[in-house]
Amino acid sequence: MPQMNKKPGLKNLDKATFGRLMRYIFSRHGGKFVLVVVCIIITVVTNVANSLFLSTLIDQHISPMLASGSADFTGLSRAVGGMAMLYLVGVLAAYLYQRLMVSIGQGTLKEIRDEMFTHMQSLPIRYFDTHSHGSIMSHYTNDVDTLRQMISQSIPQVFSALITIVMVFCAMLYTSVYLTMFVLLTLAVIVFVSGKIGSNSARYFMRQQEAIGEVNGFIEEMIEGQKVVQVFCHEEQAKADFNEKNEALCEAMTSANTFANILMPVVGSLGNLQYVLIALLGGALAIAGIGGTTLGAVASFMTLSKSFNMPISNVSQQLNSIVMALAGASRIFALIDEQPEADEGNVTLVNAKFDQEDALTECAEETGLWAWKVPNKEDEGYHYVQLRGEVRFFDVDFGYNPDKIVLHDVTLYAEPGQKLAFVGATGAGKTTITNLINRFYDIADGKIRYDGININKIKKADLRRSLGIVLQDVSLFTGTIRENIRYGKLTATDEEVYAAAMLAGADSFIQLLPDGYDTVLTGGGAGLSQGQRQLLSIARAAVADPPVMILDEATSSIDTRTEKIVQQGMDSLMYGRTVFVIAHRLSTIQNSDVIMVLEQGRIIERGNHERLIAERGKYYQLYTGAFELD
Amino acid sequence: MIKRLSQSVREYKRDAILTPVLVVGEVIMDVLIPMLISNLIDYGINAGNMNYIYRVGFQLVLACLISLFFGAMAGRTAAKASAGFAKNLRQDMYYNVQNFAFSNIDKFSTPSIVTRLTTDVSNVQMSFQMIIRAAVRSPIMLVSALFMAFQVGGRMAFVYIAAIPVLGLGLYWIASSVYGIFKRAFQQYDRLNAVVQENVSGIRVVKSYVRENFEIEKFRGISADMNVDFSSAEKRLALNMPLMQGCMYSVMLCIYWFGSRMIIGGELTTGNLMSLVTYTMQVLMSLNMLSMIFVMIIMSRASAERITELLSETPDIHSPAATAVTEVRDGSITFKKVGFSYSGNAEKESLSGVDLEIRSGETIGIIGGTGSAKSTLVQLIPRLYDVTEGNIEVGGVDVREYDLETLRNSVAMVLQKNVLFSGTIASNLRWGDENATLEEMTEACKHAQADDFIQAFPDKYDSRIEQGGTNVSGGQKQRLCIARALLKKPKILILDDSTSAVDTKTDAMIRESLANDLADTTKIIVAQRISSIQEADRIIVLDEGRINGIGTHEELLASNEIYREVFQSQQKGGDEEDAANE
Repeated sequence: MPQMNKKPGLKNLDKATFGRLMRYIFSRHGGKFVLVVVCIIITVVTNVANSLFLSTLIDQHISPMLASGSADFTGLSRAVGGMAMLYLVGVLAAYLYQRLMVSIGQGTLKEIRDEMFTHMQSLPIRYFDTHSHGSIMSHYTNDVDTLRQMISQSIPQVFSALITIVMVFCAMLYTSVYLTMFVLLTLAVIVFVSGKIGSNSARYFMRQQEAIGEVNGFIEEMIEGQKVVQVFCHEEQAKADFNEKNEALCEAMTSANTFANILMPVVGSLGNLQYVLIALLGGALAIAGIGGTTLGAVASFMTLSKSFNMPISNVSQQLNSIVMALAGASRIFALIDEQPEADEGNVTLVNAKFDQEDALTECAEETGLWAWKVPNKEDEGYHYVQLRGEVRFFDVDFGYNPDKIVLHDVTLYAEPGQKLAFVGATGAGKTTITNLINRFYDIADGKIRYDGININKIKKADLRRSLGIVLQDVSLFTGTIRENIRYGKLTATDEEVYAAAMLAGADSFIQLLPDGYDTVLTGGGAGLSQGQRQLLSIARAAVADPPVMILDEATSSIDTRTEKIVQQGMDSLMYGRTVFVIAHRLSTIQNSDVIMVLEQGRIIERGNHERLIAERGKYYQLYTGAFELD
Repeated sequence: MIKRLSQSVREYKRDAILTPVLVVGEVIMDVLIPMLISNLIDYGINAGNMNYIYRVGFQLVLACLISLFFGAMAGRTAAKASAGFAKNLRQDMYYNVQNFAFSNIDKFSTPSIVTRLTTDVSNVQMSFQMIIRAAVRSPIMLVSALFMAFQVGGRMAFVYIAAIPVLGLGLYWIASSVYGIFKRAFQQYDRLNAVVQENVSGIRVVKSYVRENFEIEKFRGISADMNVDFSSAEKRLALNMPLMQGCMYSVMLCIYWFGSRMIIGGELTTGNLMSLVTYTMQVLMSLNMLSMIFVMIIMSRASAERITELLSETPDIHSPAATAVTEVRDGSITFKKVGFSYSGNAEKESLSGVDLEIRSGETIGIIGGTGSAKSTLVQLIPRLYDVTEGNIEVGGVDVREYDLETLRNSVAMVLQKNVLFSGTIASNLRWGDENATLEEMTEACKHAQADDFIQAFPDKYDSRIEQGGTNVSGGQKQRLCIARALLKKPKILILDDSTSAVDTKTDAMIRESLANDLADTTKIIVAQRISSIQEADRIIVLDEGRINGIGTHEELLASNEIYREVFQSQQKGGDEEDAANE
């Protein structure tokens, strides 16, 4: 991301982004694009020929016929017939180019969307932690929308305008040099005026964008807290605050739109004025017979001048949307340019079994036995290490920012099948430790070994497949409950899904839902209580059946009585697995093999419940309620 | 729908009406100009009459300036009217939402209300501006250009009569047939956004289960569907241009062909021919414009519908009329055979047959499992929802007879899912009492055990609170929310699981402080921890929407099975905990 540090001028950035966008489109739709340009040229030629034809008609056919009084229309009919053919070609070209633009435009949008999403999936968790969800979402909505505008409207219009300007200019020169010079003069005025208005308009549009952001932010915050507003009878105050912001937005919008709205009539009227002046000047020239100016030439010239101004006002109208689209495009490219998660691992996870000689070998079927397939250092072959779920940290340091270390010298051993618990205040580093095990983040210093293998050597996908994780904030996906549980293991049979739900204690409430397991969840399962969502999340982890599990406040919203009921299932779920548990409620972790108390990124106490109580340290204080955890 | 929306124009009516009037002026000039030019050519240039040329030339320049004036003015009024209309729409919707009962908010859902207030309004605003400017301009342009064409061209102008219906029908067919496709395409668009949203917020789950490719496949599927729909709609729209050009060129050819013959026959002048060509362009341009407006209106129709829906939603709960009771006598509460269901469906009652008598000043604890309707029960007291059966009295008067503000000011409730707003600690506290002094705030915060940590902040009561209160911890947030409620000096205080993130010791201190200093206030505490409620005067055990038992801690421990179970589930080695609290 070279653009991040220096702040390039607006013009600079625009050009770079524009170039890149055009290359993006061209590399995928080059052939079609060339065809579009050809078609545009044909339509422009048709238009110009149309303007010139009036001159031909008057000077070569009507005037001579009027003069000679002849009634021979063959010449005329040939001319009109020829024009008809040209028109036909022009219309076909126009249709073809419009259709092609649709497929280029929509195709490009689809490719950009797909590329963004695919790339987004490869980004490290850090990206999601440092960018607000709203702003990531807006790449898919606002930014892509402005691009649609630009690709399907602005680009072809600007192209056709440029081609038109060149062709019409040639035609004007051909028709009358004097009048062309005059047109250039008035053109300078038009360009100057529309440029002035355009830049004003752009400034106010920026201000409008800010005001919109402000109002939208306010609305989001207040509607989010609407229930609190009502409980406190704060409606009138909320209305007053809203009015203030709404008023400001209205003002900014009025200014921005005024300039944008004035642009067209101004350019149009100046064009008309120019048109009139050409008529006057051309008329004078024709009467005086200067430079061989004919009546037909003046007539054509007048039409030409219209065709000359039209594209210029078109371009000035498109300017705003191009500026906005390029800003959107640069944000999209910034997302696409984000560094994906690095993965240098080459150790993979495979199903395994013991062969006749009791040696571990790879096999295709599910055996419930897993092995790490480790490439040998000395030759091309592999050896297998049984997955047991032993995790060791050696002097691990870590910081989300390199200059702010949040974990210091963390050393811990999780024997296969042990239950390890972390206790500590918010920010003590509990979740951070689990983030390191599944490599959502990479450590700064120290070593982490998984079954004796450096976890950096394990392919991330395989590492994560070996770990099940249940988080406090449950993310469910639009779809049925069945599909949501099956998310843990896509090939799970219905029986496996039911068994997992049963184990998690979720089955009873699912049965009570109108469609049972086929109840469709929308909006992330908005209809369910937080506790029910947590039960589903546990079921999802149960069906995945991973050898190691991380439970990060997984039962925090389940009431103690239900938790007790779930406990049995949880215990059988945890049996034989290495489990890392983070919980606020000490009752959840009391039976852990090892409890670690964290404070400001350091492990300050470790031991089982009885030992820690006996020590009368921090854990004891927490346990007796003498110290606050939040 | 249009009637409902147009009520929001209000003070911008003048601009909204002025715009089309000004546009008419502009259009008349635009139509006049080609006619004047035709005269200029025929009687000035062709006749070599310089005086005439000057005179008409002057008229033409004048016409251009007038047109510019009208055009610019119309641009200004249109901007004013549309921005103002949008402002009023937002305001009306926002005001209506302020009147919403909880059930109304639940029905629409927060994100949907936000979208209606933002995206939908700007869609409608665009269409509105288009309508007052172009929708007037195009037909007038069309009619006057036609009129002038007949004036100038005489029977020549009949070629339009043939062309216009063909074009009009064609454009209509295109515009109406794309509507259905667009509608479907926008639904795909919503689905696509939902997938992105879920992936962004659930990225940890996606990555943990290594489902990146699964999600990418899902996304691509929808993305491809969307591509198909949008493409087919736009391809149909692409027929607009060739259709229009085809008609235009056919008309041109006719004009050239017949016009030339007529000039030679002496029926038409060269100037007339040129004006006709200009009018032809104007006619066809305005038709094309009309078809674009048509498409635009069709596309914003969905937004307009969604806005109307929100505007015409009547709040489920309102203050009774003039006879409303405006004073709450005391903090006594009576539930009489109360039943409640969120859907209004009596078969799926969340709460049923609740009979309860609470004396003023009493402390009541409520406990029960997930989904036992604890929150539902207490939310009925300040009328956040209305009962579906039976009635509730506060201070001896049915809650539905109180002025809503009076009732809610006397019943302070700390919600389970509570929110702090961006601002300072003080500005958040003042939600409870606008005019609270620093002393009053400090006192309330002391009761809520919040003063200590506030004093530890560098800016004390003026410390910034970020949106959603993300820069204070969960326990601090809960204590601030309690202090905010205390500032209302309520007769009834309801704490709905509002100390879950506060440690047991501080929790006990809060309760003690409330018991000592707010002795007259009725206190209802909903909790999951037995320790939070065990000293209450009475404890209510809720199970599946019914009262399972009422009594003191000791009574319930002896008689109520559920209570005993909950107690035991929290007692595993927790004897020290009780010891510490007492």
